[in-house]
Amino acid sequence: MTMNPTNASLSGSMQSPRSQSSQPFLSVSVTDPVKLGNGVQAYISYRVITQTNFPDYQGPEKIVIRRYSDFVWLHDRLFEKYKGIFIPPLPEKSAVEKFRFSAEFIEMRRQALDIFINRIASHHELQQSEDLRTFLQADEEAMERFRAQESGIFKKKPSDLMQIFKDVQSKVSDVVLGKEKPVEESTPEYEKMKHYIFELENHLAEAQKHAYRLVKRHRELGQSLSDFGKAVKLLGDCEGNALGKAFSELGAKSETLSIKLQKEAYQILMNFEEPLKDYVRAVQSIKATIAERANAFRRQCELAETMKLKEINLDKLTLTRSDKVAEAQHEYNELKVESEQAAQTFETIVRLMNEEMVRFQEQKTKDMGIAFHEFAKGQARLANGIADAWRSLIPKLESCSSS
Amino acid sequence: MMDSEDQGVEEAHLYASKEEMENLVLDDPLSSKSYSNYRSAVSTLSDNQHPLSPSIAVTPADSDPLLAPPHYGEFGNPSAPDNSYIDPPSYGDAIFSPFNENNGNDVNVVDSPSQSSGSSPSFSRSSSGSEYLKITVSNPVKEQETSNSFVPGSNTYVTYLITTRTNIPDFGASEFSVRRRFRDIVTLSDRLAESYRGFFIPPRPDKSIVESQVMQKQEFVEQRRVALEKYLRRLAAHPVIMKSDEFKAFLQVQGKLPLPTTTDVTSRVLDGAAKLPKQLLGDSVIAPNEVVQPAKGGRDFMRLLKEFKQSMVNDWGSSKPPVAEEDKEFLEKKEKLQELELQIANASRQAESLVKSQQDMGETMGELGLAFIKLTKFENEEAVLNSQRVRATDMKSLATGAVKASRFHRELNAQTVKHLDTLHEYLGLMLAVHGAFSDRSSALLTVQTLISELSSLQSRAEKLEAASSKIFGGDKSRISKLEELKETIRITEDAQHVATREYERIKENNRTELERLDRERQADFLNMLKGFVVNQVGYAEKIADVWTKVAEDTSRYVNDDST
Repeated sequence: MTMNPTNASLSGSMQSPRSQSSQPFLSVSVTDPVKLGNGVQAYISYRVITQTNFPDYQGPEKIVIRRYSDFVWLHDRLFEKYKGIFIPPLPEKSAVEKFRFSAEFIEMRRQALDIFINRIASHHELQQSEDLRTFLQADEEAMERFRAQESGIFKKKPSDLMQIFKDVQSKVSDVVLGKEKPVEESTPEYEKMKHYIFELENHLAEAQKHAYRLVKRHRELGQSLSDFGKAVKLLGDCEGNALGKAFSELGAKSETLSIKLQKEAYQILMNFEEPLKDYVRAVQSIKATIAERANAFRRQCELAETMKLKEINLDKLTLTRSDKVAEAQHEYNELKVESEQAAQTFETIVRLMNEEMVRFQEQKTKDMGIAFHEFAKGQARLANGIADAWRSLIPKLESCSSS
Repeated sequence: MMDSEDQGVEEAHLYASKEEMENLVLDDPLSSKSYSNYRSAVSTLSDNQHPLSPSIAVTPADSDPLLAPPHYGEFGNPSAPDNSYIDPPSYGDAIFSPFNENNGNDVNVVDSPSQSSGSSPSFSRSSSGSEYLKITVSNPVKEQETSNSFVPGSNTYVTYLITTRTNIPDFGASEFSVRRRFRDIVTLSDRLAESYRGFFIPPRPDKSIVESQVMQKQEFVEQRRVALEKYLRRLAAHPVIMKSDEFKAFLQVQGKLPLPTTTDVTSRVLDGAAKLPKQLLGDSVIAPNEVVQPAKGGRDFMRLLKEFKQSMVNDWGSSKPPVAEEDKEFLEKKEKLQELELQIANASRQAESLVKSQQDMGETMGELGLAFIKLTKFENEEAVLNSQRVRATDMKSLATGAVKASRFHRELNAQTVKHLDTLHEYLGLMLAVHGAFSDRSSALLTVQTLISELSSLQSRAEKLEAASSKIFGGDKSRISKLEELKETIRITEDAQHVATREYERIKENNRTELERLDRERQADFLNMLKGFVVNQVGYAEKIADVWTKVAEDTSRYVNDDST
């Protein structure tokens, strides 16, 4: 279990699982990735350890085995049930076969899943979810059954989501252009928020791209230093005497620094680039919620429209004393209930989103603050290491020239 | 890569506030130079880098901020508000300030070897006090060929202004200029090759016929100007050549370059051709001193043929050549040098790739910084909640750090290029060594040819003598033939003596040059290493400071753990 700083700030409401306090806590960790299965069917399983004193949960500690698709199941269930809440994002499904079982990828995914589950566990509403309880407590066969059941019914295909995004985006621009689109929410605050989210994603994606490139640059520089070191050593062998020794030592230092650079590359990948990617995912999750809100709004409007029509119809029928009045009245009543529900749903989403935005911004400020800090520390450490390594050569070089 | 950064710079100008701009503007000339070809980088650097002296090859002592703090402000970014430029001296400064006492803008300032500014072509280490010979090539001008030509404007060529400043009395003046065209450089190079066989003569710039067609005229002329300057400076750094008549004439004599007949290759060839029939008949009109020149240079066909035959004998013949290369020490040295050359070439290649990586690092760091500047601006503009403003501040701290670090990475790299360029310089010098060694072997071949020629002439003479002594009273025709033969033998003996003397002379030149090469190489490489290391230390310290500050700015996120 890697307790990186991002983790530490997000894990559960309390830190110590062994505390006897009566404060409710729920602390989860995702650990021990293990490759199971063979060939194309191969996958990674994780140990999910839950420590809690929640009433419906088993024991002080429970351990289950889960795989990536179990996490996806949980995410989708929460997305369906808690409209308006920004569901914590999942790490991507990797398409590249070769990369899927690399140590780096596995660790990145494990870290991301750990963060994912802990964010849910520390969200005051989401942590109440039954699906979460299932996920954390059910045995493996039961989990598999649940997972198989739900696929297809609730799961929105990515293409559907894409369409929704496109609709939302086009509607934003339509409003800006002044086109009349009555079935769309358009308060100035909400417009501003949508615009903010869409722009934010672009900016973040760019920052993340450069962060990723920076990781590569560290690796490349490490490689160059290693090659240079080797070449310089060979040159030293040719020269012999004091100069030869100087070359050799320089070459050796160069190789040492190469290792430091590779290490730093990994650190940047895990503690800087990954949090930025996570930020992008979070923004995408908000976009999905925006799409849900649009749906809810549309439904509410449609129902309101339909109700109006039904009302007119009902009045007409009443006046003509038609025998269809009772039926029509019944329909109308049902519709009224639905309409009220739809309005309620929509309002809940609006309320939740406002709360979530505040929470989101605070959380991101903290996440980024930690990421920046770790990055800066790492860079400073690297630079100091480089300075120290080269500096140690100076007295030797000095003595060479005086001899 | 370059484009996005330039674009980023533009955007930074558009969006950043004035204060941000002062801190973060990336307008140093380095930012738009690609280091994919670090060879050209060195030449561009010597032009653009140092505003004070645009055409002086900048040595590390000049513009390395560690060794020359007073110069620092002029080079790179002129925007002063960034205080890192006037930081207190780093460790590097403290250790090396005595090192740069003779720091000036003078190339070729000569003191003791260890104090020479090593990397760029300033290898002058003559022991005679502080001589200097500073050459600048500038002001390319298109000129017209004055010969009669039917098509006006067809024969144009470029001349360059060659300015020399010196305190060496041999030159008779302290500052003078001439105009020369590329053809003159070729002539100079050829003449030096003739006169200084056995010496390590720096190779001249290529004729670059293809490039002159393909490249833009301006670019090509500039490239050539730089190459010429480097070449002349290398010549000036050679303790013997710098005082040669040829070099002096080249630098000083006004007007078209004189072509004295004694050393003119063309007239020698013509003379040679005229003498050819006589040579074929064995007539002795060969001036012995002509033997001094290698056969390959001229068109002395007969000689060429003979020497070729001899080299065949040497290679395939079972008999040992009359004068073998016996100098074991020399052969060992030669082998070692070949190995050395291989390793220098390898190291030079890896140095290029290191430089590229450093450059890329700097650029990507800069791009990261710019991306965060945009984010900062965005959050500030769109902020609804305070947490956003706080984040914007944190982002700004990171962005500023990244941009500063980026600048340092690229400055570091500019210096690294200059230091490691020493490797490349020595590769060029290895070419000169090859030349000197081939002078030696061709001189040896001449000697060997003459020796075997002599022996065959002598055996002919013996046979003639034996034959004519059998005839009582002598054989008038045979006797006269014998007389002629003996005359030829005498001349050939003279020629052989001259050739042997020449060979010994070249051997001696080789030897002294090898000593000089070893001495200077040790010093130059040591300087290169020192410069490289000190440079790395200095910039790493600066970069560490930048990031330490950012870490401090964001330290509250780690100390304060409450969720």
